[in-house]
Amino acid sequence: MKRHFVLCMFLYFCCAFPSYGGEFDAKRHKMVEEILADIAANRESAPGPEVIAAVGKVERHRFVPGWLTAFAYINRPLPIGHGQTISQPVIVALMTDLINVKAGDKVLEIGTGSGYQAAVLAEIVESVYTLEIIEPLGKEATERLKSLGYDNVKVRVGDGYYGWPEAAPFDAIVVTAAASHVPPPLIKQLKPGGRMVIPLGAHFMTQYLMLVEKHMDGSVTTRQILPVGFVPLTGGH
Amino acid sequence: MTGPRPPFFAIGLLSGCLLAYEVLLTRLFSIELWHHFAYLIISAAMLGFGASGTALTLLKEKFAPHVGAVYLTAVTGTALLIPGAFLLAQQIPFNPLELLWDQTQVTKLLVVYLLMMLPFFCGGLGIGLILWHFGRDAGRIYAFDILGAGAGSLGVIGVLFLMPAHQVLMVLTALTLLAAALAAVELEMRPKWLAKAFFGLALLAAIVPSGNWLQAHPSPYKDLSQTLNILGTQVVDERSGPLGQITVVENRRIPFRHAPGMSLNATDEPPPQLAVFVDGNGPAVITQFDGKLEPLTYLGQLTSALPYQILEKPRVLVLGAGAGSDVLQALYHGAITIDAVELDGNVIDLIRQRFRDFAGDLYNHPQVHVHEAEARGFASTRHERYDLIQVALLDSFGVASAGLYGLSESYLYTVEALQTYMSRLTPDGVLAVTRWLTLPPRDTLKLFATAVLALERDGVPNPAARLVMIRGWKTVTLLVKNSDFTPMEIAAIKEFSRTRSFDLSYYPGMRAEEANRYNLLAHPYFFEGAIALLGSGRQAFLDRYKFYIEPATDDQPHFFRFFKWNAAAELFALREQGGMPLLDWSYPLLVATLIQAFAASVLLIVAPLAVSRCRRMFPTVWVVLYFLAIGLAFMFMEIAFIQKFVLFLAHPLYAVAVVLSAFLVFAAAGSWLAERWQKRTASGKHVVMAVMVIGALSLLYLAILPGLFQALIHLPDAAKIAISVALIAPLAVCMGVPFPTGIMRLARTAQETIPWAWAINGFASVVGAVLATLLAIHLGFAAVILLAVLIYGLAAVALRGFA
Repeated sequence: MKRHFVLCMFLYFCCAFPSYGGEFDAKRHKMVEEILADIAANRESAPGPEVIAAVGKVERHRFVPGWLTAFAYINRPLPIGHGQTISQPVIVALMTDLINVKAGDKVLEIGTGSGYQAAVLAEIVESVYTLEIIEPLGKEATERLKSLGYDNVKVRVGDGYYGWPEAAPFDAIVVTAAASHVPPPLIKQLKPGGRMVIPLGAHFMTQYLMLVEKHMDGSVTTRQILPVGFVPLTGGH
Repeated sequence: MTGPRPPFFAIGLLSGCLLAYEVLLTRLFSIELWHHFAYLIISAAMLGFGASGTALTLLKEKFAPHVGAVYLTAVTGTALLIPGAFLLAQQIPFNPLELLWDQTQVTKLLVVYLLMMLPFFCGGLGIGLILWHFGRDAGRIYAFDILGAGAGSLGVIGVLFLMPAHQVLMVLTALTLLAAALAAVELEMRPKWLAKAFFGLALLAAIVPSGNWLQAHPSPYKDLSQTLNILGTQVVDERSGPLGQITVVENRRIPFRHAPGMSLNATDEPPPQLAVFVDGNGPAVITQFDGKLEPLTYLGQLTSALPYQILEKPRVLVLGAGAGSDVLQALYHGAITIDAVELDGNVIDLIRQRFRDFAGDLYNHPQVHVHEAEARGFASTRHERYDLIQVALLDSFGVASAGLYGLSESYLYTVEALQTYMSRLTPDGVLAVTRWLTLPPRDTLKLFATAVLALERDGVPNPAARLVMIRGWKTVTLLVKNSDFTPMEIAAIKEFSRTRSFDLSYYPGMRAEEANRYNLLAHPYFFEGAIALLGSGRQAFLDRYKFYIEPATDDQPHFFRFFKWNAAAELFALREQGGMPLLDWSYPLLVATLIQAFAASVLLIVAPLAVSRCRRMFPTVWVVLYFLAIGLAFMFMEIAFIQKFVLFLAHPLYAVAVVLSAFLVFAAAGSWLAERWQKRTASGKHVVMAVMVIGALSLLYLAILPGLFQALIHLPDAAKIAISVALIAPLAVCMGVPFPTGIMRLARTAQETIPWAWAINGFASVVGAVLATLLAIHLGFAAVILLAVLIYGLAAVALRGFA
């Protein structure tokens, strides 16, 4: 595991460091180091190098309101208006890692928000389809992603319940919008062998991540994953 | 300038407005944030009154030539600050959810606290000034003051039946201006048009439309705020009452589809729904129903459908029926009769009247009988026996998962509550409770532990044979049966869980390998927890568990409190790694408030005296101890009784209003008696007597209140209020004795130290309000009351040292 972590760091520096320059780049670089250290301390395996490279590349300060850019590279969730938040970077990294995406994949996201998660995904996969239910947020995210050159992200404002049938099936689905249940159409639109990830909890408070795995026979199981290595019993392992 | 007669009526009205404002703030905080914050508001009010006492001590000579003008200025200030302080506080972007991420939230909380204090400061200054200036009539002024306060805190409940909470702010402003007008008349102030001008202003305030500009702005992270941001959402109905502000929302473009924790194997979609929010929390949903059961198949795909797999044509009692989801679920599963209990008549009215057609006349369905009642009270007095009692999933997932209710009392999930429900079941009846899933498990294991203890207290020899728990990916359902589960029932439970990919967490005879199959956790936490709670190592498990999951009782009904100090450091260290949500914010918020209350009261009440000429008049250690003790003990009693009476009076708002007014009025009567006794004998024996009666009554109440509440909880609200007042009266009378006795003793022996006595007592009251809540969470109400008795005893000893 340690070897994997060192390799990750090496690849990350090779891929990302040359592009650094300026105040934000240095901050982002530091944030990624922190995320890697956090994950190394809490999880059995480090995230894939492409995930780390993507988080290291996407300019989070462009996804937060102007008055919060100074805090963009602190590893914490931030408000983005309309009662929504941009997720904590370590959670974005974990979620992206959990769905196991690779180049050439097609991913659906329910809940565009600021567009940050879509941008991270777009650095890795071929195409991202993302739906936002709050109109102003959806419009802002569309403009932002376009101006940042994420041409492989398609944003739509509307109901996420029925997914994006014309683009289905998807290799992975990320559901960041709160829902009382997982819409059955989304399960249908997930390819056999595909993965769906859902963060559960209130704003600023992701309790746990739910990974839905659709097996080749169409059956579905879930894994509920705590972001941190926390054991609820003292003296427990 | 001033007339011959003190402004009795003006004082009464002003005092009434201040106390009404105190109670009203608990409503407004419930709408704006997630909690009623009664302790915070009482503490802020005490701070305002205490600080005004200090200000008066230091400035009274300067005020003396202009008593009327200063008084009118203070009252006008109060009138303006009643809405003003609230409006300003709304501009502070205090977000409890960010408390542990963002240190500036503590400062924002402090600013809100200080703003809330301001109207009480101005009002207190006015009342104190009149009491001081008309010293010879102080007894009668005090009587008007207290009677007004009592009437105000109770009267505001009646007003809340008539109009929304934010509109009451302007009513109070108008009444406070009317108090100014009355004062101008009573004090015969010149020019004569002054009184008319204030009458005019009061009239103006009364007719000013209190529209959106005064409305409480709920946090943008509350469920309703979130929903209103969604494309196509529109509010179709709004109602207001003392129990809550109800908002019904429709979205034809993006329909609501509320099916909490529906099986991932389900393929059906819920029918169109309307979302119902109470104080911005929710949603509960009104589901479109046309009498056909086919569209309701999704109701069989929830973990809460489990009990229907082992019951045929059951008679069902739904506690917390809300908008009717659980009633529909019972109908869908063939219940022959359903008693649905809902506390808020406004919610029932929505289903019966306004959305009758949409809901398929559900609440007039021949099999459905709706009762407007409090759940515990209804269950405890019902003679019928039920095959199933369903405790509905009332709170929202966000609220539960973020620990937003950590400070709230909930008498629905205590050992005594579960015993009551079990006693209303048929011999093979089932109690079913569904909760949101939290990880690592907190409330579900706490509920399991509570059920085990309830069964043990009922003398069940083997509780393990009567419990079943399953979990989906988002919800957990616990069944507690009145008899042992049969093999056939267990087979049905297994089949239900298997076909819906729900995990078995516990059933009698369950093997470890059966747990954790569909919704995989790092460890089978639920199964392991259940086994530990049923075994001999239960206490060791509870001690080792990093969350507080000891069974909730009526004495410690903070069901949602999971905070443990010994895990706090670990969780705080993990915050940036994604561990923050495990550290419930509500407890740290309470601690932050205590520190603020301490600092603010030192700074605003004690410090000004310490830097003035009064510093040379610092009293003896016995005097300090005495006034500190009676301030703390009074607030301990008051807060503990407010929280204890929530069970009896069914709602925190009723408890705050009734208990507060009863303590005020009868403590005032005690003060009046104390003055008479003190004039007759200076020995202070009556303080000792009062303390002894307080001790005896407290012990008596601790022994009889649980049984008394159980026996009388079914009575109508008016009767329960009268009983509550009657119970509090003798205690409050005795609690009113020590303060004036102490002051009168000082008046004879060390008059110059009296400002200090007021300040120390004020400081103790401010800190005591918050400290009592903290102690109640840790030790229980009984311990807080006993502690108060002990402190009163200490006060009696300290009084002997005065000489």
